[in-house]
Amino acid sequence: MGGVHPEENKISNDAAIEVMPVGKQMVVLMNQHLGAPATPVVQKGDKVKVGQLIGEAQAFMCANVHSPVSGTVLKIDTCKDAFGISKPAVYINVEGDEWLETIDRTPDIKRECTLEPKEIVAKLKEMGIVGLGGATFPAHIKYSIPEGKKAEYLIINAAECEPYLTSDLRVMLEHAEEICIGISILRKALGVPAAYVGIESNKPQAIKVMTETASRFEGIVIEPLKVKYPQGAEKQLINAITGRKVPSGKLPIDVGCVVSNVGTTFAVYEAIQKNKPLIENILTVTGKELPSQHNYIVRIGTTYNEIIAHSIGQLPETTGKVISGGTMMGKAVANLDAPTVKGNASVLVIGEKEARRNPETACIRCGKCMNACPMGLEPYLFSALVKNGRTDESRQHNILDCIECGCCYFSCPANKPLLDEIRLGKNRVRAAMAAKK
Amino acid sequence: MTNDILIAVAVLGALGILFAVVLFIVAQKFKVEENPLIDEVADVLPGANCGGCGKAGCRAFAEACVQQGNMEGLRCAPGGDAVAAKVAELLGCAVAQGEPQVAVVRCNPSCKGASRRSNYDGLRSCAFQNTVYTGESGCPFGCLGCGDCVAACQFDAIKMDPETGVPVVDADRCTACGACAKACPRRIIELRNKGRKDRRVFVSCVNKEKGAQARKTCDNACIGCGKCEKVCPMGAITIADNLSYIDFTKCIACRKCVVECPTHAIHDVGFPAPAKKPEAAPAPAPAAPQAAKTTAE
Repeated sequence: MGGVHPEENKISNDAAIEVMPVGKQMVVLMNQHLGAPATPVVQKGDKVKVGQLIGEAQAFMCANVHSPVSGTVLKIDTCKDAFGISKPAVYINVEGDEWLETIDRTPDIKRECTLEPKEIVAKLKEMGIVGLGGATFPAHIKYSIPEGKKAEYLIINAAECEPYLTSDLRVMLEHAEEICIGISILRKALGVPAAYVGIESNKPQAIKVMTETASRFEGIVIEPLKVKYPQGAEKQLINAITGRKVPSGKLPIDVGCVVSNVGTTFAVYEAIQKNKPLIENILTVTGKELPSQHNYIVRIGTTYNEIIAHSIGQLPETTGKVISGGTMMGKAVANLDAPTVKGNASVLVIGEKEARRNPETACIRCGKCMNACPMGLEPYLFSALVKNGRTDESRQHNILDCIECGCCYFSCPANKPLLDEIRLGKNRVRAAMAAKK
Repeated sequence: MTNDILIAVAVLGALGILFAVVLFIVAQKFKVEENPLIDEVADVLPGANCGGCGKAGCRAFAEACVQQGNMEGLRCAPGGDAVAAKVAELLGCAVAQGEPQVAVVRCNPSCKGASRRSNYDGLRSCAFQNTVYTGESGCPFGCLGCGDCVAACQFDAIKMDPETGVPVVDADRCTACGACAKACPRRIIELRNKGRKDRRVFVSCVNKEKGAQARKTCDNACIGCGKCEKVCPMGAITIADNLSYIDFTKCIACRKCVVECPTHAIHDVGFPAPAKKPEAAPAPAPAAPQAAKTTAE
């Protein structure tokens, strides 16, 4: 149901993953995941090594944060994130590159995993692994299946349906074996017979490499998917692979599914087999107007400006927007001095002309937004309800089911900011529900 | 032919009389007893249904007044003392006197203050923009400039200043109903006493960042230095969360703090143009009243 076909623009497909050098100072935000910020466990003047725990998860919905560099803690303060919002952060002066001894830095691939499912989940928590598909949901919570529910399918999202992004593709091409080991570990943690990897059929190289590698592993099935945005959205992917539908207001586990991003499986491999915490992002630097296209391994905490300076020198004069994420669901970065955080998948530079929103005109009731909506909602209706402050009615029409994929705005011939209005409506509904409690 | 017409008229007329009788009997039988005082009170209210009193509308306010029998805790801001006196007369109780108030916009990102650091092109709604990022000025506490307050005002008393991007309150039209203060997602707008001779002094900033950070964000931000607190003879100024606040019930509008403020975050409104410049701040002194004019007058 629904979906659109935006221009793919995967122009950084062929750029191999490079390693970005470490800067002079790193700012590590304590809130890099969905949920409460981690509590700093280092103090000013402490010496830290790469991979050392600096922020501990004390709340339930929280993830550990580790130092991406070695050096001295300069201060514990706040730092403005990419959207200008101040968040608690640890500032570290970089000195050398000394890693914790426990981390295995050799390039050898370690295939055997002897850990029990519970130990695997505990280690995911210890290593601060979060979902790298964009929502940064703490992995240890996702893989702790609640009482009374049973996982039947493990689904790996390798669709990468967002335009421009190529980091998942590059990881699959360069680290297929590690990914398959990571998938096997997650499969073991859940105790499911098979894992399904969904890859859009516009990535034949990835399908080929992954199929070849997966044939050497037990219980990994590669599923080529139809090319359509948002094919990689959790509920759409579950439907495409298992035929099941996640009911309104329910989670994937309610239909026996657990979905993880392919980038997460690589992080899981490194965490479980190599003892390496999540301290790096694989990130695409791309844009039609850039002189060169790149894919990088970047230490978390490197600022957008440092990434831009290293990869392309400076932004082109005609830059309209810098986006973190793809063109459909990514967010425009307002503060380029902000450090990158877990789950950042790209630095996408969009030209002025492409970035400009066309002027909004009146709704002509053409219904394109309804056809485009993958959740079967009525975006034009929400637009009217939100404008008139009819919060209760928008809840009755399931506004909270919106996955914010942006298909409605993309397809609207009147250029109405439908997604913005729906987001506003969702906020109001949530606020009203919270007030009722 | 004539007969047909006469029959039709007679039948319809008879039906009309019959229904009138039925309706009259039903109306008498199911009559809702209502205090006629409610209608009388509702008649003297302004009828704008602004909701500033916290009730659903003017009639609901009238019902509340009559039910309570006095005006304690009930006040119609748009009506002011005149309406309060009339309602009190109808109810036969003491007049609830209140100091007249006005909405005050406590932000000053003028073109020289907080420069624009980004361009926002999304939905023209402050409530939405507030959930996306800090806004064009980069100040996480400052005005977002989409005009939710303008849309909320029933009295056409608040308008966006295209030059500064911050709303301006028309003090003559403002009825202090508080709709704009509720609409502002950043709680920048506050209802303050109008003050004697319409003269008032207030801190035109709600930035709670630490001093150095606030200064980086905006040239006119309150940095919580405490100079105003020390100079105030009435003890009306308190500093909390790196932010100064002037208690309008204690302030005597002496304007010592206005001169003292190093960032010109304290504005004065309604004073005549300064005849002689105060010596403490010779050069930037005129900037403060001028800025005040743009934000609050």
